[in-house]
Amino acid sequence: MKNSIAGPMQPVPYRIQGFERETHDTFTLELKADDKVSQLLFSPGQFNMLYVFGAGEIPISISSDPAYPESIKHTTRVVGKVTKAMHALKPGHTIGVRGPFGSSWPLELGRGKDVVVIAGGIGLAPLRPALFDLLAHRQRYHRIILLYGTRTPRDILFNRDFKRWRSYSDLNVYITVDRAIGAWQGNVGVVIKLIPRAPFDPSNAIALICGPEVMMRFSIEALRQRGIGSENIFVSMERNMKCGLGLCGHCQYGPYFICKDGPVFRYDRIESIFNKVEV
Amino acid sequence: MQVVDRKSFDKLLDALQAKGFELIGPVVRDGAIVYDHIESASELPAGWTDRQAPGTYRLIKGNHAALFGYSVGPHSWKKFLLPPTQRLWRSSRSGQDFKIAVEAEKAPRYAFIGVRACELQAISVQDTVFLAGPFTEPIYQSRREEAFIVAVNCNEPGGNCFCVSMKAGPKVAGPFDLALTEVLQGDDHYFVVEAGSEKGRAVLADVPHRPAGTTETQISEKLAKQAAAKMGRTLDATHIKELLYRNLEHPRWDDVAQRCLSCTNCTLVCPTCFCTTVEDVTDLSGEHAERWRRWDSCFTMDFSYIHGGYIRPTVKARYRQWMTHKLASWIDQFGTSGCVGCGRCITWCPVGIDITTEAKAIGADGIPASPVIE
Amino acid sequence: MKTLKAPLREHPFFQDLSDLHLETIAGCGRNIQFAAGETIFQEGQEADYFYVIRHGRVALDIHGSHRGAITIETVEAGEIIGWSWLVPPYRWRFSARAVVKTRAIALDGRCLRGKCEQDYQLGYELFKRFAHVFSERLDHTILQLLDIYCEAPIKKAKR
Repeated sequence: MKNSIAGPMQPVPYRIQGFERETHDTFTLELKADDKVSQLLFSPGQFNMLYVFGAGEIPISISSDPAYPESIKHTTRVVGKVTKAMHALKPGHTIGVRGPFGSSWPLELGRGKDVVVIAGGIGLAPLRPALFDLLAHRQRYHRIILLYGTRTPRDILFNRDFKRWRSYSDLNVYITVDRAIGAWQGNVGVVIKLIPRAPFDPSNAIALICGPEVMMRFSIEALRQRGIGSENIFVSMERNMKCGLGLCGHCQYGPYFICKDGPVFRYDRIESIFNKVEV
Repeated sequence: MQVVDRKSFDKLLDALQAKGFELIGPVVRDGAIVYDHIESASELPAGWTDRQAPGTYRLIKGNHAALFGYSVGPHSWKKFLLPPTQRLWRSSRSGQDFKIAVEAEKAPRYAFIGVRACELQAISVQDTVFLAGPFTEPIYQSRREEAFIVAVNCNEPGGNCFCVSMKAGPKVAGPFDLALTEVLQGDDHYFVVEAGSEKGRAVLADVPHRPAGTTETQISEKLAKQAAAKMGRTLDATHIKELLYRNLEHPRWDDVAQRCLSCTNCTLVCPTCFCTTVEDVTDLSGEHAERWRRWDSCFTMDFSYIHGGYIRPTVKARYRQWMTHKLASWIDQFGTSGCVGCGRCITWCPVGIDITTEAKAIGADGIPASPVIE
Repeated sequence: MKTLKAPLREHPFFQDLSDLHLETIAGCGRNIQFAAGETIFQEGQEADYFYVIRHGRVALDIHGSHRGAITIETVEAGEIIGWSWLVPPYRWRFSARAVVKTRAIALDGRCLRGKCEQDYQLGYELFKRFAHVFSERLDHTILQLLDIYCEAPIKKAKR
């Protein structure tokens, strides 16, 4: 019996349509499907496995607007061999794509409620599609609040989007940096600081959080202190991934596979392992 | 139930080969009984048996003629269903583009000779992992579909066996094509055979056999009962999930971490361990690339590496991950235990760590009252 | 002053404080305003006030010699600044500057210290609240120090 042995392990070639340098170490790749096959439909929070010829394959969050699947974007930091090779790619180059994989932000649970979006550093990348979607259906939600923290003003991502978002009267945007540089007149301090006084009603809100685990941990504590229940908090987790299919075993987190049960988790479901070391 | 005499047993292997199956069976090599390609029954380990204890495996030549008088060795059938190394695809670059060449494989048609109950259960467990999820593994699927299983009921469990505790033996429970119980009574040497499928019946039809009489059936049942009573060890699997989930900080983990070498032997020999890794490699020109998949182990440091560091840098965390996954999380993931009680991890651990002893030690204080993970 | 009791009562720092204690504290306070860019206090000066921010944003700066003024934190409405008046030698350890137009209540440190010496219960209530603020500030400072967004990747271990 003849069988394609690679099956879902075989990447589909996509052409790089755009390369944007977001900050000194973060960039966005915009991709277009190479053959007639696929617009890449995805839900906010999902990721693709991206393959750079000869270098390797890694999971990267999709950071574009799900309403425009004809071109999709991935935003990532240069942290290792594959991202370094990816950073050297230019428009016109081919990159391999497998996906989209994983669970997504449950925006429908925010209907009629305040939606608090808390992002730290590159954690804004998988939350940006959620913001696009929330804003595209603005009337479904009560208040929408964005709290974003990053290292310095030079590390702020998506400046064009922020300019637009800050002009909306029905979106509350708060940015803070750990370290001020130059003429920065905005908030200085960790993003967790913004939570106690953020204008949301804890009895009628959901929170979506993505960033370094320590930042998520403290954010959850601050949200709980304000009275948001664990079942209304959603986080995006990250682990080593080799297949994205639930078959290689690398991304296990307790009983969960981050590639198929996550990366987005309802916090009460992982609460018992979240604060355990080395799980 | 049918009976096949010892002298007709060879014809069973012939019949399989005539139907185009490649025989994989037990052979003696390098001081152990391993699984490899065989051509005839003469290659089977007649008269051999083994003695197993924590960190110990000894092959012993007995003075009997039993073909299947041993218990399981370091190999399991997983190496034939999901090969340890596998090229998934090849790719070549031209300018800015690259193309991926789809490889196709005509799946080998293996006949596994001598599959024990624990191994059959392990195959079922891996079926759930590779075939029942949102994505199926194509190589495993095609080889699995083609495979013919000749199972064998254990008469002599090994010293490290605890399949009874894991409800995985010693009597074979489906799905198999043929299941044999080897009987040696005085000068008589025969096999009580049960066909478990149409494929099995078709092969049996080409082998001289006769219906089993009441005595023969009774003897095979007695052997099964005796085997069940001879287990080397036990593991209390009731509530093991809660026990381990609520004891992630038990001091016993520190204790086992002092002994564990993180050598990955247990994951290599375990018939249900399925973790793999992927390697993308190029040739010297840089114009040709290949993706390879090979077996991996959660005991390696690299296993949990993400940018910024390792999730499980300590041996303690890695041993805890393996054992908790095998006995607890697996149940939530796949609906069954990941352990079949074959005892291989105990035999092949260079320092003799015994999973049943560890489970007992952690369970000594009972199960703490606290909420479990959903 | 009854005009201060109401805004103090609204401020999170004074939540659950008894009416009597609130009145005592209000007696040490006055309303104050700062224009954008105005210095509120300077590093090294005598620490005389405890500021309860009602509206605006204040930057806390430290002078780093050749690096000039470094903003270590900003403080918003609903927060408080200044506790150097609590601890001898009662001198500011950093500077504060209004980033935007800021309204606050300035509570006289010496006056408050005096009132606390007379009424230990009041002192305890204030210190409980300050302990909470210190603990939070420490947590936040630790997170800032960890540089969590920029962990340099560890070199992969050799097998």
